[in-house]
Amino acid sequence: MAMREIMYRDALREAIDEEMARNPTVFIIGEGIAERGGSYKVTEGLLAKYGPKRVRDTPIAEAGMIGVGVGAAIAGARPIVEILYVDFAMLGMDMIVNQAAKFRLMTGGNGRVPFIMRTQGGAGGGVAAQHSQSLEALFYHIPGLRVVMPSTPSDAKGLLKYALRQEDPVMFLEHKHLYMTKGLVPDGEHIIEFGKADIKRPGKDVTLIAWSNMVPTTLAAAEELAAQGIDAEVIDPRTLVPLDKKTILDSVAKTKRAVIVQEANRRGGVASDICSIIQEELFYDLDAPVSIVAGLDIPIPFNLTLEKASVPQKQDVVAAARRVLHADPIELAAE
Amino acid sequence: MSTPARTANAPSKALLEKIFRTAYKIRVFETEGIKLYRQGLIRGYFHPYLGQEGIATGVCAALSEGDYIASTHRGHGHCIAWGADVKRMVAELLQKETGYCKGYGGSMHIADISVGNLGANGIVGAGTPLGVGAALAAQIRGSDAVTVTFTSDGGSNNGTFLESLNLAAIWNLNFILVIENNQYAVSTRIEESTREQDLYKRGIAIGVPSFQVDGNDPIAVHDLTREAVELCRAGKGPVLIEAKTFRHMGHHVNDPGKYMPEDQLAYYKARDPVDRARAALLDMGGAKAQEIAAIEAEIAAEFESAVEFSKASSEVTPEAFREFAVGY
Repeated sequence: MAMREIMYRDALREAIDEEMARNPTVFIIGEGIAERGGSYKVTEGLLAKYGPKRVRDTPIAEAGMIGVGVGAAIAGARPIVEILYVDFAMLGMDMIVNQAAKFRLMTGGNGRVPFIMRTQGGAGGGVAAQHSQSLEALFYHIPGLRVVMPSTPSDAKGLLKYALRQEDPVMFLEHKHLYMTKGLVPDGEHIIEFGKADIKRPGKDVTLIAWSNMVPTTLAAAEELAAQGIDAEVIDPRTLVPLDKKTILDSVAKTKRAVIVQEANRRGGVASDICSIIQEELFYDLDAPVSIVAGLDIPIPFNLTLEKASVPQKQDVVAAARRVLHADPIELAAE
Repeated sequence: MSTPARTANAPSKALLEKIFRTAYKIRVFETEGIKLYRQGLIRGYFHPYLGQEGIATGVCAALSEGDYIASTHRGHGHCIAWGADVKRMVAELLQKETGYCKGYGGSMHIADISVGNLGANGIVGAGTPLGVGAALAAQIRGSDAVTVTFTSDGGSNNGTFLESLNLAAIWNLNFILVIENNQYAVSTRIEESTREQDLYKRGIAIGVPSFQVDGNDPIAVHDLTREAVELCRAGKGPVLIEAKTFRHMGHHVNDPGKYMPEDQLAYYKARDPVDRARAALLDMGGAKAQEIAAIEAEIAAEFESAVEFSKASSEVTPEAFREFAVGY
């Protein structure tokens, strides 16, 4: 299939554009997304193409706009609500957790909520504690939500198009560092179903599991490991809910060693849950304890050196992989 | 506040009968439902709409097929006024598979999307943004459907009240927000929660045509809602309606409501909305006492057969539930 190299933000725009052209009930609202085209230029040009009825700026009212999106979805439309930072989505948590996530069950399955919240998270660039969080674990914990975290332009486009055709509320979590990254995206209709992990790099010695902006970090670590003679397999679940357990477990059954890499702080994180799934299913096949590389359990500081120290870096992944491979001599404690 | 002129034409007998039937049906549902609760047949929470029947009755009588409503935790009255099947409502309260939500939702979550009932809601104030969302969906579809959200004095102190009514205002949505001001948020009196107790004034502050009405007068509520619908369809929406009323008992079945002053309760009971609907049908509609008695007997029988139906219905099995849970 013919491919083009485009940026993550352009891939997202293509997905929205194509689905808006296809379905007249798809619309998008958010702060500065119309005339201005959004803080990350994802919605640039959509106002001119689809008009002010379907591309609307909102006041600073996250609970209101998320709630309005949920209501519109219940009433049969296909809203995309863009929230500037995932940190700001906390203002709308009742609408996400108590309304969107519950509605299908509370109605005995009759009511569906095809609501999409697009937002971005992650540290980097010194935007400090209220603009840097990775909050996927909050959404992951709530039954009824879909949690999507694309790491490449191709995944961003394919998953967003799928999100706009399925029936459940989707937390579509982008990363502020990925918008300008480039990658190959197939021409024509390109849709990626939820619940299908992608093997970003095949390998046989150790399984590295990572999502969102930790995928490029982990791939770089895998290259460094390769130079050291270690052949790492890198798996990107792409959607945390639903989680493709099979692809993860098949890989770990093969390599017998796993490292899970998440940018979010460690406590109560998604990595801990994936770790528990692996050990429950594969305990007797493992050659080493499963290792987690995660952010520190602390709010992200402004100072750029300290910011970097609070989230995983390439060398942390390399060290963890070497540890589960027992690649380095054990240092015995001095008497 | 500008009070729209009372409808020039006197209400038809058909409308008056519809209003009485609805108000009386709600009264029976709540009164008999409380008995079932006391017998242990209904579990969980049950927030009676007793005393407030005039609002749901008057508002819904002014709406049409294709419109939407969003309700509150005190939602039985809205469902009935919207035309819900009492059988499926009782079955829901009795946790049966034949209920509106198969027993998955219960009293606080009865909804029927297929006819535009966006549902009751266990979170006070949450129906306001959801209703604005339905109104936005209608506007995007190019429909002139109107959405009504019922909220309360309690709900009007939630942040989503301002956020969502403001969104409805800047987007000129066909949205009517009805504040059922029953003067209590659970047990907290409005004087303790709000300095300005005329709540319709909150709409004026954000440029929304806003009105106040006696919530215990179903005909007045109907007439005002009809004007509000016309304003919406003329592109002058959204509209805010504050309907003053009073509960006949505590917050829920197990709240004796001892904090409610007896003289105030007596004042509102003397202005009972069901009695007023009956009197209107008799006096303005010229109905005979036998007609009223026949309607009342019919509604009582409908409720009785709903209870029989519900008792005979099955519950969702744990096996079927586990199947439902797959993929969550």
